[in-house]
Amino acid sequence: MLEIKNLHATVGDKEILKGINLSIKAGEIHAIMGPNGAGKSTLSYVLAGRDGYEVTSGEVLYKGEDLLALSPDERASKGIFLAFQYPVEIPGVASATFLKTAYNAQRKYRGEPEVDAMEFLKLIREKTKELDIKDDMLKRAVNVGFSGGEKKRNEVLQMALLEPDLMLLDETDSGLDIDALKIAADGVNRLRSPERAGLIITHYQRLLDYIVPDFVHVLADGKIVKSGDKSLALELEEKGYAALSAA
Amino acid sequence: MAIRQETVEQVASVSDKYKYGFISDIEADTAPIGLSEDIVRFISAKKEEPEWLLEWRLKAYRHWLTMEEPEWANVHYPKIDFQDIYYYSAPKQKEKLKSLDEVDPELLEVYKKLGIPLKEQEVLAGVEGAHNVAVDAVFDSVSVATTFRERLEKEGVIFCPISEAVRDHPELVQKYIGSVVPYTDNYYATLNSAVFTDGSFCYIPKGVRCPMELSTYFRINAAQTGQFERTLIIAEEGSYVSYLEGCTAPMRDENQLHAAVVELIIMKDAEIKYSTVQNWYPGDENGVGGIYNFVTKRAACRGENAKVSWTQVETGSAITWKYPSCILQGDNSVGEFYSIAIANNMQQADTGTKMIHLGKNTSSTIISKGISAGKAQNTYRGLVRMGRKAENARNHTVCDSLLIGDKCGAHTVPYIENQSRTATVEHEATTSKVSEEQLFYCQQRGLSEEESMALIVNGFCKEVLQKLPMEFAVEAQKLVGISLEGSVG
Ligand SMILES: Nc1ncnc2c1ncn2[C@@H]1O[C@H](COP(=O)(O)OP(=O)(O)OP(=O)(O)O)[C@@H](O)[C@H]1O
Ligand SMILES: [Mg+2]
Repeated sequence: MLEIKNLHATVGDKEILKGINLSIKAGEIHAIMGPNGAGKSTLSYVLAGRDGYEVTSGEVLYKGEDLLALSPDERASKGIFLAFQYPVEIPGVASATFLKTAYNAQRKYRGEPEVDAMEFLKLIREKTKELDIKDDMLKRAVNVGFSGGEKKRNEVLQMALLEPDLMLLDETDSGLDIDALKIAADGVNRLRSPERAGLIITHYQRLLDYIVPDFVHVLADGKIVKSGDKSLALELEEKGYAALSAA
Repeated sequence: MAIRQETVEQVASVSDKYKYGFISDIEADTAPIGLSEDIVRFISAKKEEPEWLLEWRLKAYRHWLTMEEPEWANVHYPKIDFQDIYYYSAPKQKEKLKSLDEVDPELLEVYKKLGIPLKEQEVLAGVEGAHNVAVDAVFDSVSVATTFRERLEKEGVIFCPISEAVRDHPELVQKYIGSVVPYTDNYYATLNSAVFTDGSFCYIPKGVRCPMELSTYFRINAAQTGQFERTLIIAEEGSYVSYLEGCTAPMRDENQLHAAVVELIIMKDAEIKYSTVQNWYPGDENGVGGIYNFVTKRAACRGENAKVSWTQVETGSAITWKYPSCILQGDNSVGEFYSIAIANNMQQADTGTKMIHLGKNTSSTIISKGISAGKAQNTYRGLVRMGRKAENARNHTVCDSLLIGDKCGAHTVPYIENQSRTATVEHEATTSKVSEEQLFYCQQRGLSEEESMALIVNGFCKEVLQKLPMEFAVEAQKLVGISLEGSVG
């Protein structure tokens, strides 16, 4: 599904990604861990196509297609969803409006008929129920005045609605209380299928108890320095990254 | 966060997309170019006006000659040659039109291109039923179609071209014209008083709630014709009316002057809601062409509990100079001003309001949303004056500016004059930028860059958009998107 080959990227003039190689097949969940400032969020932004994150060499294939040639909205409509580490506030735009606009924009891109307000409401109500989110959050402006945890839950809600093929989660667990963590993990697990894949950035192995990954990678200083299965996460939790770089 | 370079560059392309840049070919019946007492007399004669009105026009004209063009606004443009303007032009009238079927088909075509809602076109085309908006269509200087007059007449509402009101209701016109905006008021208003050619007149009798929204579409057409509209609305005690005004203009190389005057008179317990969507041709990306829009709009709340609200969405014109104002004379009277002003490319907008509190317990609310993109300059200029007798008067002002790109400017110029010891004046102002982060966030959810911008800006304007009548709000929302097309890369 996703093939990252020798990816180098700069932000400003600074090289942040220094040759990433990663292959994610449909049906797989990969976890990425690594110290602060290693380049994890940068990787997610590069995959989503954020302006200012410049790829200097390497390539990325998504479903066999050159991902880097696509605009951010095309990538989104083709099924890439990024749950942001820091979700962005959009004053004055009700969450429901935002979600409906996004949902219909993606449907339109794929040549599917847009849904009307009634249909949409039914759909979104299902999702808020699954994720134990109060409906009045839909009336509030996107992320404005949301608590840290609410913002993260809102990201999961958006993902549940848009049903992406490739989920990119950037520290979605940070800031969630214990119950919310389970609910959010359930949300992700509900989307898991042989056709979908996920890349989950986290600092805490606890999340991986709920969303069990097929692979765990350690990203440090712009490179993947170690890969393994779920046990790697446990090992890291015990010993920390320092032990790893010393080894 | 900085907006990328292409964003700034592509801002330039908006005028290519200006949908309404076309010129229609309707024979004009035009006065000789330039301005003189003779021209004023010509206009008055064309309109078959009574002597008192001619005298009033002449007084205005003579006064205008003694005045200087104001220069205090934050707008810059080459000096206007007032002798290089036609002051009168009318679509050629064969005879008095008996029905709308006789309206020039080309004119109907014009309305279609303007995107006048189908329903209203039907009315203009004389289709029966289906419909509740009265349209007093102003084409150039002469009203060519007035509808729903009869239904309104049943309620005692008068809604007609002002020239007809002069003929049919001279006592009302004579009593109120110039009573809110005197002919000596300001350079452009004085000019308007001398040469105004048409506009709407509206009278709501005591206790009547106007059964429909009243709307007027303005359009400037014949080359080099300045438009001098004059609108007069009187709401008698306990009455209510909602008035909609929307306009576009064709593409032009020469700058076109537009100096309208709108006077509103609101009596005890009456209310006028005046909504404007203005998208006249703003000029191209180099600032060539476009309308100069110098408007004087003022409302007088004459009785207790009188209420007026101005809601405006200003996206067009090369230059906008406009300060819809409220004179709150009656005790407990209320003035509101809700404004969205968008300036893109080389547009310059200097707009705001004046709230003059004279009566006790008067209150006013100002919500101004200014959006600047390209190299545009957008100034909010607002005056709040609390008179000596304005006990316990209150004003609350919120003035928000949004910047798109880094070559545009937003300026806020509040004037506060408080002579009342018990009055309160609150002023809040913010300036923000559309961040790259917000755009990316929307795009990551599948919106194109332009859709993202439109969504973000509409969110910024939401409080004001909500104040518009429903049918207008939808149109206005689209317009916000259209007027920012090209402002993102
Ligand atoms: N706009 C920028 N200009 C300069 N440096 C930047 C910019 N954005 C990110 N960086 C740097 O890039 C590096 C990688 O940042 P990134 O956000 O990808 O780290 P991360 O692995 O996600 O860290 P964390 O675990 O703290 O979220 C950091 O050193 C950061 O300071
Ligand atoms: Mg990060």
